[in-house]
Amino acid sequence: MRVALFVTCFNDTLFPSTGRAVVELLERLGCEVSFPEAQTCCGQMHANTGYQLEAVPLARRFVRVFGDADVVVSPSASCVGMVRDQYAKLAALAGDPELARAVDAIVPRVRELTELLVDDLGVEDVGAVFPHRVAYHPTCHSLRLLRVGDRPLRLLRAVRGIDLVELEDAQECCGFGGTFAVKNADTSIAMLSDKLRRVLDTRAEVCTAADNSCLMHIGGALRRQRTGVRTLHLAEILAAR
Amino acid sequence: MARAGFPASAPANLANSQLRRNLGKATRTIRGKRAEVVSELPDWEALRDAGAAIKARALATLPEQLERLEAAVTRAGGTVHWARDGAEANRIVAGIAHGHGAREVIKVKSLATDEIKLNDALAAEGIEAIETDLAELIVQLGHDRQSHILVPAIHRNREEIRSLFMRTIARGRELGHDPGSLTEAARRHLRERFLTVNMAISGANFGVAETGTVCVVESEGNGRMCTTLPEVLVTVMGIEKVLPEWRDLEVFLQLLPRSSTGERMNPYTSLWTGVREGDGPREFHLVLLDGGRTDVLADETGRQALHCIRCSACLNACPVYSRTGGFAYESVYPGPIGAILTPQLEGLDRAPTLPWASSLCGACYEVCPVKIDIPSVLIHLRGRVVREQKRRTDPERLTMGAVGKVFASQERYERAQRLVRRGAGPLAKLPIRVGALGGWTEARELPDVPEQSFRDWWRAERGGT
Repeated sequence: MRVALFVTCFNDTLFPSTGRAVVELLERLGCEVSFPEAQTCCGQMHANTGYQLEAVPLARRFVRVFGDADVVVSPSASCVGMVRDQYAKLAALAGDPELARAVDAIVPRVRELTELLVDDLGVEDVGAVFPHRVAYHPTCHSLRLLRVGDRPLRLLRAVRGIDLVELEDAQECCGFGGTFAVKNADTSIAMLSDKLRRVLDTRAEVCTAADNSCLMHIGGALRRQRTGVRTLHLAEILAAR
Repeated sequence: MARAGFPASAPANLANSQLRRNLGKATRTIRGKRAEVVSELPDWEALRDAGAAIKARALATLPEQLERLEAAVTRAGGTVHWARDGAEANRIVAGIAHGHGAREVIKVKSLATDEIKLNDALAAEGIEAIETDLAELIVQLGHDRQSHILVPAIHRNREEIRSLFMRTIARGRELGHDPGSLTEAARRHLRERFLTVNMAISGANFGVAETGTVCVVESEGNGRMCTTLPEVLVTVMGIEKVLPEWRDLEVFLQLLPRSSTGERMNPYTSLWTGVREGDGPREFHLVLLDGGRTDVLADETGRQALHCIRCSACLNACPVYSRTGGFAYESVYPGPIGAILTPQLEGLDRAPTLPWASSLCGACYEVCPVKIDIPSVLIHLRGRVVREQKRRTDPERLTMGAVGKVFASQERYERAQRLVRRGAGPLAKLPIRVGALGGWTEARELPDVPEQSFRDWWRAERGGT
């Protein structure tokens, strides 16, 4: 299968190891991975902060850059959610029927990583080895926008050596919410405190998720408090041998 | 009332440990009960679809439905009044009270009358409005504010209520600490009013256009006392509460109790159609309140907020509300639904921060019995605030524009990537301009920016594509 990687601007700049893990993992599973270098940002931050008009050119760019791809994969549930849920609305807002058509054409080919693995490649055991105690946080956008369900957990359960622990109130938001984390910092931190307590209660070494943005927020607090618990994107666990 | 805005009003509430405990416990309990009774119904999703469809139809044909309602109520011996805004509605109600020489009125729990501040308006006319819903009574006696749609005194615990009752309705008499003693004190106080006050005011959960029937659902039976004992009954109903047909109630009377109190069936469901000789009030007035609702209807995305049946499931499910409580929203309508309803009813300029009072986690949408896509409406309203309220020179707007230009070009983007490694350039400035960087670093470390971006690695390893 030929797969175009949409790494996201966030991972490209701040978490390149996640992008590398996706490439290694997919190649190991027999995919031919390409990385269209003209890609930048999906526009999620702009759109979710109220700057939809500023996001429109980014949506146009996305459909242009990935228009020829058979399948687009991304290790970010919220960026995939942006494309799937908001691009059509942006096209309507901009009164751009050409963009609307391009969005309709590309949306069925865009996959979040665990969707690609489980649905398209039909694998749950990706041959990974990760002998650590891990808590999985289902991010809001993977859970409620993409509805990935238990795909990430099925993949994690098949990892050799992993001690996958149950996270209490797992489905509750960690409090990141993009610019919410700085615009309503006090409320965001209150939500984060409860998430952190749940993570620490599991005595996990690693907290994982399908989105590095939530993990940057959770991980930032884990580091601040010198908990010794680290965050790691799901892809990096699945790529580990 | 000028609002401080959500970011400014949230911290004091977040810091109140009693409030956090009361709220955390209460919302968790109701969440659990709701989830349990909803899971019992195999056709819950179909019910939600039906609820959404009925509401959409009612709103799409609103003028027609309201005229049908007016005709049916009038036919049944009631009188219908039309109020453009809260002030007009308050004048109508006060006028009816004066016409009967009423100095006191008893009230059924009603959000619409809270929204228009009816009690204050009546007080200014020398008429005392007595709340009969237990929680509303607690709020009224304590000169307090409501903090939840369904459980207005959710921020108060039992001991606080006991001492409040001892100071007020028990007139210094010692009260027991158990719920029974407290409700007994309220019962004694209220029973006297039910039997002596001659005029009652209610809101409406539903108004059926086909039959002219008004429906109020409640748990205590105090509402029914108000709707049956006094001679005069006045109902203030937001125009969006109209249901086209009688059979529509079948859907909503399943959706509402399971979503709100986590009950299979609502304890007291009162339905009345105009007046009837020798049974209930002799005079019935229905005040139809617009209060900004037709403006909301004009917004294609935002109008679904008018589908709300005030169940409060979204409040209980919301990770923001369950920590800040209702006061932070500075409105009769708190929580996720308040965040999309208040700015639309009152105008975006009156509550410009509310659309951002959400992490967009989607828990509200998931539980909404009429499928209001609250996250999408929040995002839509954020866009409207930015486009309609923010000046072009607003620092955030300038920054977002600049960052948008960065992302619009591969070359500019890659340059910005290199700069951010040194803590410089437009990407590094972003969190400062959008909120305050201190808000992040107060509790969280910033991530280290790696020396090699993903694309640098790709080029080095794969030699480009």
